[in-house]
Amino acid sequence: MSLLDVKNLSISFATPRGRLAAVRDLSFSLKAGETLALVGESGCGKSLTALALLGLLEPPAVMEGNGIFLEGRNLLTLDEPTLRSLRGSRIAMIFQEPMTALNPVLTVGEQIMEVITEHEGGGRRAARARAVALMEKVRIPDAERRFAEYPHRLSGGLRQRVMIAMALACSPAVLIADEPTTALDVTIQAQILDLIGTLKRENGTAVLFITHDLGLVGQHADRVMVMYAGRVVEERTAADLFADPLHPYTRGLIAARPGLGGSGRRERLMEIPGTVPGLGAMPVGCAFSPRCAFADDLCRSTVPTSIDQAGGRIACHHSEGIHDREPAIRRIGNS
Amino acid sequence: MTANPPSAELATPDPLLSVRDLSVRFDTAEGPVHAVDGVSFDLKAGEILGLVGESGCGKSTLARAILRLVEPRAGSISLAGSDITHLSRRQLRGVRRQVQMVFQDPYSSLAPRWTVAELLTEPLVIHGVGDRAERRRHVGDLLDKVGLPADAAQRYPHEFSGGQRQRLGIARALALDPRLVVLDEPVSALDVSVQAQILNLLVELQRQSDIAFLFISHDLSVVEYLSDRVAVMYLGQIVEIADRDSLWRHPSHPYTRALLQAIPGNPPPSADDALKIEGDLPSPIAPPPGCRFHTRCPYAEQRCRIDNPALRTVAPGHQAACHLMRLS
Amino acid sequence: MAFPDSLILSADGTGSHPRFALLRRLLRRPSALCGLVLMAAILAMAVLAHPLYPDDPLDMVAAPFLHPGTDAAFPLGSDMLGRDLAAGIFHGARISLLIGVVAALVSLVIGIGIGALSGYYGGRIDAGLMRLTELFQTIPPFLFSLAIVAILQPSIATITGAIGITAWPGLARLVRAEVLKLRHSELVEASISLGASDARIILLHILPNVLAPIVVSASILVASAILSESSLAFLGLGDPNVVSWGGMVGAGREVIRTDWYVATIPGIAILAAVLALNLLGDGLNDALNRKGQRR
Repeated sequence: MSLLDVKNLSISFATPRGRLAAVRDLSFSLKAGETLALVGESGCGKSLTALALLGLLEPPAVMEGNGIFLEGRNLLTLDEPTLRSLRGSRIAMIFQEPMTALNPVLTVGEQIMEVITEHEGGGRRAARARAVALMEKVRIPDAERRFAEYPHRLSGGLRQRVMIAMALACSPAVLIADEPTTALDVTIQAQILDLIGTLKRENGTAVLFITHDLGLVGQHADRVMVMYAGRVVEERTAADLFADPLHPYTRGLIAARPGLGGSGRRERLMEIPGTVPGLGAMPVGCAFSPRCAFADDLCRSTVPTSIDQAGGRIACHHSEGIHDREPAIRRIGNS
Repeated sequence: MTANPPSAELATPDPLLSVRDLSVRFDTAEGPVHAVDGVSFDLKAGEILGLVGESGCGKSTLARAILRLVEPRAGSISLAGSDITHLSRRQLRGVRRQVQMVFQDPYSSLAPRWTVAELLTEPLVIHGVGDRAERRRHVGDLLDKVGLPADAAQRYPHEFSGGQRQRLGIARALALDPRLVVLDEPVSALDVSVQAQILNLLVELQRQSDIAFLFISHDLSVVEYLSDRVAVMYLGQIVEIADRDSLWRHPSHPYTRALLQAIPGNPPPSADDALKIEGDLPSPIAPPPGCRFHTRCPYAEQRCRIDNPALRTVAPGHQAACHLMRLS
Repeated sequence: MAFPDSLILSADGTGSHPRFALLRRLLRRPSALCGLVLMAAILAMAVLAHPLYPDDPLDMVAAPFLHPGTDAAFPLGSDMLGRDLAAGIFHGARISLLIGVVAALVSLVIGIGIGALSGYYGGRIDAGLMRLTELFQTIPPFLFSLAIVAILQPSIATITGAIGITAWPGLARLVRAEVLKLRHSELVEASISLGASDARIILLHILPNVLAPIVVSASILVASAILSESSLAFLGLGDPNVVSWGGMVGAGREVIRTDWYVATIPGIAILAAVLALNLLGDGLNDALNRKGQRR
């Protein structure tokens, strides 16, 4: 059963010069117990998507679409009080920098309690006990004592655990993790991602994992959507994506990353020339065409539609023949 | 130019950079922080030394101490055989031509109201190199070297993308033809597709001359890709230093092994070797007694809690600081 | 919420020179525009003082107590000695602006110098200079100026100097705080590692980046210097050889019950000048800070 269904979501900014589209025609569904990764570089629209799913977009950002269905209810048609009651209880979010998402003048325990009493009511004593239990569940050592600590007294890793405890307080159906480990060190990053994975399996939560780091996706996601300039260019299972990426952008991303692309020491890394286009300067046709080695006149004039291919969806005019065009792509590490 | 043949290396006994027992201490409201604590290493001409560690391990402070941007408390820094630890600021200015730095955020290290030409000629003006025409030619050469178009000279830093700005930062560091460039997380702020451009550029620059890099990063994949040798830092100390291949194949310190396993897509060779370290980095204000890693080390014994292990040679060119490592 | 960089650039029009952008932003604010217009008017008065009123404004040219509007030759009337008030206002503008601007410059030089050295070098230099600053702050600046002028005899030079060397401590602290912020920035570290001298770093890299708060406080400094000069003149410590707004108010004080306009008209001039500078300062503050936010 799919817990979250997004249908043709578009997000744009209203500016004096007209609409600037930031996310175009995004559709996906998310099943219970599944982790779907949304991968892309900065400015591709992935964080806007997260805010849109929570109904947190503010003007000048505007969203349109055929619906965001959370457990069958269309978030686009709900009013703000209803949305507020769903946020934190049915759909929750973990942010990149927990320090800015936590209130500095309340203890972490009080903040977890607040989520519980806000959505489920009940007495303070019961809420306190639940909060401590949650802190233990997210493996915060010495939870009873840490309950009374203020956020700045905790390390980055512990703060992120507090955020996870708050997000999971009401057992949400869908958890959105927006770059949850980008601000953390590598050894802590592994701990946090493992924790999210364990909790997901235990509770059957659906996780939307937003990241810029393709390297994390292989181990921590079931399916992957690669986003470029506001559009999903490739959606595959994680295993398929790494074994044989079909969109030139995905291929470029993997080959550009030392350690993933199989480049030896100081062997020339595959570059994606140029930079991501700005919202006001979107190329005609395929947005990736100015940076793509395979682009031809068709790419420069017509936006490719998403087609089912190789067990996934790819939006490229040439993905079917990509192996003939680039037989020499190196074996992709990671399995 | 090609890389130095081995005989040339033997002919120059002094390493380009030699750091001995370097310590840096900061006084904070909560007490002194030993950001760098007794660090020693050498860097040869034309070599790329990768320096890895998590945030707060002191790697950036070490870099700044080498450039004398922060004052070391103890120890010495020698550049090409001459001690620069106690040179005055005025005396240092000559030395600075030889050691340059590239910062993580190129935007904050480039004066926003200056044109690229002004930014790139500033080092030459400071050191009185060349006349106006020569400097202008030099700007053109530098831009070409880092892969920017010549018309970039008349533009302002804010008109460039992140990757192009980092190219500018590199061009400025190269303006005086230094022998050593310290790069502090030069690609961390960049998107993956742009990272590759900068890494390729660095490789190319290093191949063209015998410039040495001290490359600081928290990203082990990048360090593996670029470095000849790698030093791993933990809480102000180097816990392991080795040739890249030796370190990747036979990591001797438990912390190094945990770091390597934490690289996404780099699973442990066998279940026995799986090493997940628990807990957080202890506060550098009150580092644990004994081995600084013992609070997170699954193998820690009694002596690890008392005695701080020194670096020992595990294999030729490979040193690690652990009481329990198997000497091969 | 996060706002993509590209959007901001495209909405603002890329490639415009920052300086003109600042002027445009300043003119967009009604209060700043008012300040600018008022200030331009006062400047025009100062410039036109000699062409319009070539004679000494201290000469007695009319009957005493000529009320404003009763004689077309003296639109603002005359005072108890028959001096033309309009001539006094125009010439007074020159003196007020001269003393205001020069005194502010004196404060700026001292304040920026002490603040920059203190913030950049820190340590003992900082401690010493900050004690000096505190010493100056413990004495009320106006009383301090008063004492200096009383001892040295009032003249334009002594008044300007006395106001200038008492008004800088606030600015010095402001500059020190801003320099301290930049001292360990990568911008400064990059310059040090290029081998730049301290003077070069302070003048070329640090001060241009603390210009915004300095510009704002400069306009306030001019305003308060004008006020101080007026107050000194009001108390009879003005330069006796020149006409000044404060001196005119002081002279008109005794007849305020019968001939209110003699004190009120120069009073309004002072008010207008101070108001104009404050509005301008506020406008600059908004315009510069907004620029700081978006970088």
